[in-house]
Amino acid sequence: MLDALRSVSGYLSYPFIRYAFIAGILIALCSSLIGVILVLKRYSFMGDGLSHVAFGALAVATVLRVNNELVIVMPVTIVCAVLLLATQRRSMIKGDSALAMLSVGALAVGYLLMNIFPVSSNVSGDVCGTLFGSTAILTLSPADVWICVIMSAVVIGLFVLMYNRIFAVTFDESFASASGIPSGVYNTVLSVVCAVIIVLAMNLAGSLLTSALIVFPAISSMRLFRGFKQVVVCSAVLSVICAAAGILLSIVFSTPVGCTVVVVDILAFAVFSVIGKIVH
Amino acid sequence: MAQITCEDVVLGYEGRTVTKNINFSVNKGDYLCIVGENGSGKSTLIKALLRLIKPVSGKIEIDEMLVASGMGYLPQQTDIQKDFPATVREVVMSGCCAKLRRPFFGRSDKEAALTVMKRLGIDGVSKRSFRDLSGGQQQRVFLARALCAASDILLLDEPVTGLDPAVTEELYSILKKLNREDNMTIVMVSHDVKAALRFATHILHIGDTQLFFGTAAEYEVSEAGQRFINPGGDCRA
Repeated sequence: MLDALRSVSGYLSYPFIRYAFIAGILIALCSSLIGVILVLKRYSFMGDGLSHVAFGALAVATVLRVNNELVIVMPVTIVCAVLLLATQRRSMIKGDSALAMLSVGALAVGYLLMNIFPVSSNVSGDVCGTLFGSTAILTLSPADVWICVIMSAVVIGLFVLMYNRIFAVTFDESFASASGIPSGVYNTVLSVVCAVIIVLAMNLAGSLLTSALIVFPAISSMRLFRGFKQVVVCSAVLSVICAAAGILLSIVFSTPVGCTVVVVDILAFAVFSVIGKIVH
Repeated sequence: MAQITCEDVVLGYEGRTVTKNINFSVNKGDYLCIVGENGSGKSTLIKALLRLIKPVSGKIEIDEMLVASGMGYLPQQTDIQKDFPATVREVVMSGCCAKLRRPFFGRSDKEAALTVMKRLGIDGVSKRSFRDLSGGQQQRVFLARALCAASDILLLDEPVTGLDPAVTEELYSILKKLNREDNMTIVMVSHDVKAALRFATHILHIGDTQLFFGTAAEYEVSEAGQRFINPGGDCRA
């Protein structure tokens, strides 16, 4: 036990590992918050679709050799999130297929672009890294970490300040609108926030796995708790613990970070399901 | 002045007209029941009155005071709510959100919610999960939430669907009390035309066009009313 602790503190003396922990924990916290809303609104698939869009945008940014990919990836993902929300509101089925088309379309175009205009000799390695987030979190620059810290602070701040209205709009949009809450504004803010978190979360889990960070903590908490605040708090805590444990395990066992975190999330889900069955 | 006035309103969606020639007004303290067969656009009309959807044409005028103070809505339950983790207190408090000028609830909001919950007899279950309650209790929670949001008018969409007769009767008597004692305006979509006649002051009967609008007493002797109320009629509810 002491040895383990010593080796952990040894790891933490490396700045890049400290960066990984700071960014990873913040990303996990933010994605669990937005996750509760998306799962309850039945929009989980939106997280998945947006992360594929972000992959496509990242491929374009890479091919264009821009200095900071976020300049392209962030606005494109945000615009798509807002557009998707708009189609969603008009007709459920059309919105659904629009999302599917956008999602696989972005993947295909992204991969194609990276193949036609390769920026390094190892295209498959790059693509695999972007899709599954194998190393991105361990190669963050201080600037990346600062962007992550600021964005997370904004997201968490918004969530806390809007908490009561977010609940009202998520639980019953018609009632909220009827009583005078501008639901449309809140929905738009939520989808922008969702896009921001997904772009950040790609650093931790890669574009294919980000929606796991969004979905698992929320679903796990709902197995156990039946109040909204309890679910929000539980999934935030759970997500942070899983992310920290996942990053640690991946360093100790030299496994890819993204999927290790997701596997820890899956295990937590299993544990929560069992406890939930026993309790309820 | 009327709280709600509809002039030549046409309702529909996706280019299809559901009902037309809707002309009526609601005054403070009225108890209006909207009756009609399934698919005649009753819920659509309620949503239009709440400004959740726009009418295809015509004019819906809502008293500005009413718009400012918010309208209490008791919608039909959605799929999302069936497994939504939320305590009774959280749901009721969400009715106070629209009036909130700060990010968080203050003591007065909490007290207002508690008073309403006590009045409706759900203060004892305030920490329980909404989805674990019986249908009647859930409707009371929705009613409490609507009362937190508005004190002038309640719009209800088939509030007794799926409730057993005793619970239905209870809900009707709560609404009657709110109407007679608190002078709340009540606009309710209902399947149950007999109950509508017992409690309502006014009836609006819609089909593909407006079939009747007037007082409940007039409705009973009207042609549209006779056909709808009498069990032998061909368009019984």
